[in-house]
Amino acid sequence: MAETSHAPIDLSVAMITQAPALADWLVVAPIIVCLTGGAFLLTQRKNTALQGWLAMLILALLVAVCAGLLMHVLNNGPIIMTMGRWLPPFGITFAVDILGAVMALVASTVALFCGLYALTEIDEQSQRYGFFPFLILLLGGVCGAFLTGDIFNLYVWFEVLLIASFGLLILGNERPQLDGAVKYALLNLVATTLFLIATAYLYALVGTLNMADIAVRVRMLPEGAPINTIVALYLVAFSMKAAAFPVFFWLPASYHTPRSVVSAVFAGLLTKVGVYALLRIVVMLMPESRSLFADLLAWIAAATLIIGVLGALAQNDIRRTMGYLVISGIGAMLAGAAIASDLGLMGAILYAVHSMIVMTALYLVCGIMIRSAGTHDLRKLGALYGRDPLLAAIFLILALAVSGLPPFSGFWPKLTLVQAALETGYGWLAFAILINGFFTTIVVGRIWVMSFWRGGPATTPDGETIDLTAMPDFPPKQRRALLLPVMGLTVLVIAIGVLPRPFLTITAGGAGGLIFQDGYIEAVLGKTANLQGQGNMTEPHNASGESQ
Amino acid sequence: MEVAFAALIGIFFTVAIYLMLSQHVIRILMGVVILGNAVNLLIFTSGRLTREVPPIVPQGQVIADVSIANPLPQALVLTAIVISFSFFAFLLTLAYRAFQELGTDDTGDMRVAEPVNEPAPPTGY
Amino acid sequence: MRTVIFRTIAPYLTSLMLLFSVFVLLRGHNEPGGGFIGGLIAASAFAIYGIACGVPPVRRALVFHPMSIAGTGLLMGVMSGMLSLFVGVPFFTALWVTPSIFGVEVALSTALVFDIGVYLVVLGTIASIALGLEEREAV
Repeated sequence: MAETSHAPIDLSVAMITQAPALADWLVVAPIIVCLTGGAFLLTQRKNTALQGWLAMLILALLVAVCAGLLMHVLNNGPIIMTMGRWLPPFGITFAVDILGAVMALVASTVALFCGLYALTEIDEQSQRYGFFPFLILLLGGVCGAFLTGDIFNLYVWFEVLLIASFGLLILGNERPQLDGAVKYALLNLVATTLFLIATAYLYALVGTLNMADIAVRVRMLPEGAPINTIVALYLVAFSMKAAAFPVFFWLPASYHTPRSVVSAVFAGLLTKVGVYALLRIVVMLMPESRSLFADLLAWIAAATLIIGVLGALAQNDIRRTMGYLVISGIGAMLAGAAIASDLGLMGAILYAVHSMIVMTALYLVCGIMIRSAGTHDLRKLGALYGRDPLLAAIFLILALAVSGLPPFSGFWPKLTLVQAALETGYGWLAFAILINGFFTTIVVGRIWVMSFWRGGPATTPDGETIDLTAMPDFPPKQRRALLLPVMGLTVLVIAIGVLPRPFLTITAGGAGGLIFQDGYIEAVLGKTANLQGQGNMTEPHNASGESQ
Repeated sequence: MEVAFAALIGIFFTVAIYLMLSQHVIRILMGVVILGNAVNLLIFTSGRLTREVPPIVPQGQVIADVSIANPLPQALVLTAIVISFSFFAFLLTLAYRAFQELGTDDTGDMRVAEPVNEPAPPTGY
Repeated sequence: MRTVIFRTIAPYLTSLMLLFSVFVLLRGHNEPGGGFIGGLIAASAFAIYGIACGVPPVRRALVFHPMSIAGTGLLMGVMSGMLSLFVGVPFFTALWVTPSIFGVEVALSTALVFDIGVYLVVLGTIASIALGLEEREAV
């Protein structure tokens, strides 16, 4: 209604007057795809025949959109989209740079493979309960968190993905699931509340919620402003979301309880959102405070690396082992955030990409192993090589990748991180990363030997194989359908390992965007600054034009 | 006024943390609810407390001619209330289901997903 | 809980609350009110009906499954933001039309569509949680 009144005021100072370029819509496209798709699937819950394939279509579209977004950002730099017509510091902004686009693309790719796996694994009843809508809404939350440029909006996306993850976690309503869900839900809620508390204090201090604007104002803060306290709070909140050393207990308590495809989605996406938020908020927006906490972060990283893998060594349940491996991977990413040289951040981002793919694939493989053997207990597994040699080969590849051995995807990020640590004088952190790699090799090697290589469960005499036909029924058609998405992820793992150059270049670009924030700030606020200058000059002209 | 609010927020946080340290899920839930309210008050206070008119621009004008209250914290608090309310509704259902299935609301006894005294994994075969 | 008085009054109370919820929803246009609080009132109306007469009649009265209602609401919300794409303004910019219906000027906007979407989402999710709890209570 404001437009109809003839007040002599230049709206272009505070509002966007030009139509946004069509390419800018790419920023919000992943969220639109996820929310519309998820909402439509919610209304089609009964239609289980259609639902799965429709979900695949939506996920494929999402991957295409995210790929387009990444291409656009690589060519043109960060792009933004503002909700409503209010100019950036006022309106809610979605801003995406290389880091955000890479994470969104990998997340949606991983989710697509998980969806393909779920087509076979998730039974009709769980589909009716809403597996696919929840998966897509979860992805909407994850993409929203990666693409938003507003810190309160980030909190909202955290909650969106959290509530969708609750729905997935209790799918099936078994007793261990309810047990795990109580702990998962309460601790994650406390973590997001901590995030909100920190955001409230930050708002009190800088008076803005727009990330680019925060970066500008944090630089201008007077001496003695309590910004370090706020960063400490953010560190706790994001460490809890990412499952770092002292606050990771919700993860091993819950990740092994749901369907294996749900665990795979969680392992791939959820903790990485915490790491992403840490990189975005602490490393990028508050670099000075981060360097104050660098040593603390390095200690947390080392402790997470070591304790995570020791926890993995102590498990009988292979799914819980994988949960602890997720945690130890978080340690490696935190190490990158602690070093925070461009090499270190590049290692952290590359490790996040690698970890998303590999941990998802490993959980999916565990799902197939459990279906094949009918147990998840390391003492009872065995003789799976005879049953499925291809699965054994895939597990071996993923095992080498997660341990960081060449020529697979885990090698390059670990190499980068170790090099960055040595360059910046964090020799002991490099040592922790290598020790972690050593123990991880033992952990996954033991699982491979025990469940694939040996002839049968613990009591089987050496050199003999148990009767394979006595194993639970597992139709070969189903097995192939389950193996296909795992093979897809494995191809990605090999591709990153063998042809690392494009991945290294892109993640180096992402790391550069974190260190030199000016490109991001300019993309969000630069237009405002320009418009303000122009606005002042053109104001008389506009006013006279309107009054005529 | 800020001092009074700060004290009130402090009391809310104290109560919330005390309740969350309990072993019983229902008390932890109450703690989470009070924590949510403490945060809402905190956001509200961090937008500065003023005695101003509501942030509504009179008809026919583009900018209000008197100083108005900060509308942003109100919007944020509203969002946070909506989210914490729906979470509470969900968590209540979850806690009730867990109580029915597990027969306890004591987190110390909730060991179905993580059994106690699990033996160490095999060291060889 | 299921006394004769309550069971007799509940249907009237429910319909009155539903009417009030729509009033609150539309009032939210210019005054306190809106989709969230309206949806909550509607959901509690169905919850009361469920307490008085059992859950199956409520499910029949709702016609659609609560989660489908929530899905429709979410779809409406996103679509109202999408309309800006075709007008050439940024995402979620409110668009207004003021058609004259029987000589009365009615201000319609995408914000209203969004608010109705919110109403349906809240009604659907809260009703499904409340009905789920009531069903277990009855067992």
